[in-house]
Amino acid sequence: MKTLGSSIYQRLVIIIPYAWLLIFFLAPFLIVFRISLSTKALSVPPYDPAFSWSDSFGDWWDKLQSMSFDNYTWLAGDPLYFNAYLQSLKIAGISTILTLIIAYPIAYGMAQAPRSIRPTLLMLVILPFWTSFLIRVYSWMAILSTTGLLNQLLMALGVIHEPLVILNTNTAVYIGMVYSYLPFMVLPLYSSLEKMDGTLIEAAQDLGCTPIGAFWRVTFPLSIPGVIAGCMLVFIPAVGEFVIPDLLGGSETLMIGKVLWSEFYGNTDWPLASAVATILLLVLVVPIVFFQHVQAKADEKGR
Amino acid sequence: MIRWSRFNIISVTLGLAFLYLPILLLVIYSFNASRLVTVWGGFSTQWYGHLLRNNDMLNAAWLTVRIAVFSATIATVLGTLAALTLVRYTRFRGRILFSGMIYAPLVMPDVITGLSLLLLFVAAGIDRGFWTIVMAHTTLTMCFVAVVVQSRLLSFDRSIEEAALDLGAPPVRTFFEITLPIIAPAVFSGWVLALTLSLDDLVIATFASGAGAKTLPMLIYSQVKLGVTPEINAICTILIGVVTVGVICASVVTKRREVQRQRDEHAAAAA
Repeated sequence: MKTLGSSIYQRLVIIIPYAWLLIFFLAPFLIVFRISLSTKALSVPPYDPAFSWSDSFGDWWDKLQSMSFDNYTWLAGDPLYFNAYLQSLKIAGISTILTLIIAYPIAYGMAQAPRSIRPTLLMLVILPFWTSFLIRVYSWMAILSTTGLLNQLLMALGVIHEPLVILNTNTAVYIGMVYSYLPFMVLPLYSSLEKMDGTLIEAAQDLGCTPIGAFWRVTFPLSIPGVIAGCMLVFIPAVGEFVIPDLLGGSETLMIGKVLWSEFYGNTDWPLASAVATILLLVLVVPIVFFQHVQAKADEKGR
Repeated sequence: MIRWSRFNIISVTLGLAFLYLPILLLVIYSFNASRLVTVWGGFSTQWYGHLLRNNDMLNAAWLTVRIAVFSATIATVLGTLAALTLVRYTRFRGRILFSGMIYAPLVMPDVITGLSLLLLFVAAGIDRGFWTIVMAHTTLTMCFVAVVVQSRLLSFDRSIEEAALDLGAPPVRTFFEITLPIIAPAVFSGWVLALTLSLDDLVIATFASGAGAKTLPMLIYSQVKLGVTPEINAICTILIGVVTVGVICASVVTKRREVQRQRDEHAAAAA
């Protein structure tokens, strides 16, 4: 049996994307780590490199000894950063749970829909994802502000008499997060629910399970891979989210993505920003590895 | 028998309403005559006129489109190669690292990816501008292309390929005449996905660009920060329209090709 490859072409097919990712994805992290060990300088680039490629071996040894972990001790010493990491994890965690609660009935309803309209429903869920993320977050600013459409509606209906302050609070951030990440949760849930064998539910009900009992004992456990994939797809990017807390959040919202941004552009402290990024990366590596593990398992099943 | 219950219908309807209501409001208010964004002052298309005379906006839009086309095209080539590697060559040294590097950018927060690429460009002494944004977007979007193409390759019947090779077609020719036409719909949707991701990106583009290059999301962001103007509603509506039409066209093309392919396969089986 002949196959494509086993030749120079196979090598090229592997090497070209591999090399690209090594240069543009992996190498940058090493550079971030390197710069996180250097000190801030008022020049261009605004740091003194901890190492330089042109150093001789002796220089390297000297520099290794004088290497500065100052940025990390600074981060550890200032409760602002610790709180920002903690709050990012909290906001991302709560957003993920809210998204799951809202997405599950939608995905379930889609999976139960007549086969003929399922592709259309899928398309309708994906379509907002193709329109600009920034625009969708921005439209919430017009809805949630004190003079915004939501307050106008509630006042006109007589539900409230004073406008609610929602914009520039954590509530607005949660709304924005759930809204923006909803398709990322619905799609994996839908694909795991859609694959499910309907006869299992019938069997459970024939054996005396109530519909709700059948859901918790059969449907939900079988959809766990989808739940995990969806939660990871929402949680990991949400931890480092910048746009949503920046546009919808207020002074109480302290997320690490925003801290990194302002450290970089506001204070132009590149080494400190790099240290913030390095720790954020370390915090996220565990869920990412876990996600990849789940993904690989799902792929094996799909084969 | 499971049927589409009322509960299911309501949850899907509410879900879709939640997804579409903000977009719909934005489109409606782009035709607002009033300068105040949230007060309705009658129907008007004046903000679209303002937009056409706004050179900054037009330049940024053109730059964004060019970046998206370049990066999506490079990303499609690289992503397709990466998908072939993922599906066909399951055993080689560094395979785990490779698949890790394909999946990680899908979930990596933008600020980390952006910052790390910027520091790479600075360390390598590359002037930031058009091409650095293209490189950054290519890196991000090739992974999305790889995942899309990979799922198509997994359901690929390899016996057709083997037949071509057994009949003496060289591997490269087999790829271009057999494999590529079959996976073409997935490659195309990968390209469209890469294009929209690039058009949409704010954070990575900001890090990867220098003083000169300002993309449309960067411009919209800075205006939104300054305060909302109805002009933004207008540009957003145009973008939403373009994307909607593009996606609908893409799905029609994909569907048609799929139907055509199935028909061909039936014909081949009958013959």
